[in-house]
Amino acid sequence: MSSYSITEPSSLQKWLAGTLVVAYAVITLLPLVWILTTGFKSPVDAIAYPPKILFEPSLEGYVNLFTTRTRVAPETLEALPPPATWYEEVVRNRDMVIAGPSRYGERFLNSVIIGFGSTFLSVFLGTLAAYAFSRFKVPLKDDLLFFILSTRMMPPIAVAIPIFLMFRTLGLSDTHLGMILLYTAVNISLAVWLLKGFMDEIPREYEEAALIDGYTRFQAFYKVVLPQAATGIASTAIFCLIFSWNEYAFAVLLTSGTAQTAPPFIPTIIGVGGQDWPAVAAGATLFLVPVMVFTILLRKHLLRGITFGAVRK
Amino acid sequence: MSEVRLSNLSKAFGETIAVDDVTMTIPNGALVTLLGPTGAGKTTILRLISGLEQPEGGDVSIGGRSVVDDTPAQRNVAMVFQQYSLYPHMSVQDNLAFPLRSPLLKTPAEEIERKVSEIAEVLRISHKMNNKATELSGGEMQRVSIGRALVREPTIFLMDEPLSSLDAKLRSDLRIELKRIQENLGATLLYVTHDQIEAMTMSTHVGVLDHGRLVQFGTPREIYENPVNLYVAGRLGQPRINVLPADMFAGAPAGADKMGLRPEHIQQGEGKGSMVKRIEHLGDQIRLHLTLDGHDVVTLSEPHSDLEPGDTVAIQPRNPLFFDASGVRIT
Repeated sequence: MSSYSITEPSSLQKWLAGTLVVAYAVITLLPLVWILTTGFKSPVDAIAYPPKILFEPSLEGYVNLFTTRTRVAPETLEALPPPATWYEEVVRNRDMVIAGPSRYGERFLNSVIIGFGSTFLSVFLGTLAAYAFSRFKVPLKDDLLFFILSTRMMPPIAVAIPIFLMFRTLGLSDTHLGMILLYTAVNISLAVWLLKGFMDEIPREYEEAALIDGYTRFQAFYKVVLPQAATGIASTAIFCLIFSWNEYAFAVLLTSGTAQTAPPFIPTIIGVGGQDWPAVAAGATLFLVPVMVFTILLRKHLLRGITFGAVRK
Repeated sequence: MSEVRLSNLSKAFGETIAVDDVTMTIPNGALVTLLGPTGAGKTTILRLISGLEQPEGGDVSIGGRSVVDDTPAQRNVAMVFQQYSLYPHMSVQDNLAFPLRSPLLKTPAEEIERKVSEIAEVLRISHKMNNKATELSGGEMQRVSIGRALVREPTIFLMDEPLSSLDAKLRSDLRIELKRIQENLGATLLYVTHDQIEAMTMSTHVGVLDHGRLVQFGTPREIYENPVNLYVAGRLGQPRINVLPADMFAGAPAGADKMGLRPEHIQQGEGKGSMVKRIEHLGDQIRLHLTLDGHDVVTLSEPHSDLEPGDTVAIQPRNPLFFDASGVRIT
């Protein structure tokens, strides 16, 4: 066996490592920067070649994202009273008037309901199942766990047609409930497996002590195990939310109106015959916010969660 | 507090028999110590009494009533685990109050406050009450978990090597403290230990286990002076009992195969010559490592002896214990 020695890396090694990290960060962050800046560009700047790094910021993309507009004849425009708000002014400059709000708000809300709803359900069911698998003698435990995992062995979209037919028969097409159930079904295998790992790491002595201290099995679970599993639950929730928040294929297939989420809606913002890239970029930017906020809020748990079990105290 | 009775208790984990047909009565107010090496079934017996394990056969009764169908909570026992027993997300205060807040006891807040601070005082952890359980040293953790048992008035205290992780000074203080508390409360206590001083000084009774079987049960003196076999004889005594062929000295009874010599069974000055191999000065006494016809013998001597390695000491047995070929005691 070779022995390991810990030595301070040389300055060349440090410089090399630093450069690699920066290069990697630039490569991964560039698309995000592109989206973010495009949202604040005018339509002309957005498609300028070479791309403009310095540009005059405009909120036109965000205005277009939230409104529907109609083009009017110049003489009608002149006959109108002066614009009452700054966003009306932005629209008038393009010889248009605001016809009403866009559907982006509703679609965004749908994403929130379906994303967080299915995340809650996956984590809730996953926690209970993982606890049972971790602590009790479940008949055919290994087979059941394999079966649960096997639902992830193909791309979910491979079963799109059976699910489409099933949803049509059950009246779940284009409903919030249908999408929540579908995303939960996809996420639950991940939730059970991740959480089982965390539950296995929690010594049984804690619950046993609680049982002897006069608590029931459920109270011991609720008062002792659950706080211990908080880290695992938080990181599992992040993974579940990221999947259901970003899911595109099923959303295109199974939703069209009432329950349509933001991912299939955002591309349609580009408009008929138009090239409204700033509005698309604005929609994508805002769409990133909830997942980022959620992840930052649970970040401490996530970091601890990823290294959990790898390091013995 | 009440008498706890185990009748023909058995438990196996797969192929391994952990507890084998154990019958034992823990009298009301007694402190019973279970002795035995790792895997002898000591912890499993505690878990069977507490209800954390279900027996395959036999019965556990507390106060004359069978409790095998009761949940751990219904049995009203308190248990101190060897490790990992504090709730890490709670403060010391909350850990100590946890059993009192259970639906079983539903203690009023003032009484919780009073009992918890009383116990904290006894165990000298009052200054750490607001610390998280994870911010304690090993010794403090173990004191808190002993305290969590002591705040209650259970039918029986079950303690699984509660002092093993403490340093020597604290261990001897707490040993005396535990014994005092147990006597004051008139508490019934079943205690698992490896430490022979704990077993000898605290217990009213000692049970010796070997591969899940209860080999001997009696007072510490009975176990020490009158072991039923070689195995039991080896469980108590520091230095350990010396085992020599029975015919090494004259006077062995018929059928004797081995002779057991505790240090006090070895008389110095007359008899066979043995060579001093090593001398350990322990302060109040000296431990002599001797060789007698190729057999190692360890005994004690006066602290101011001028023996040196290489010297010859004559020794002879005085009232030794004799065992037959299977290890069973003869006289």
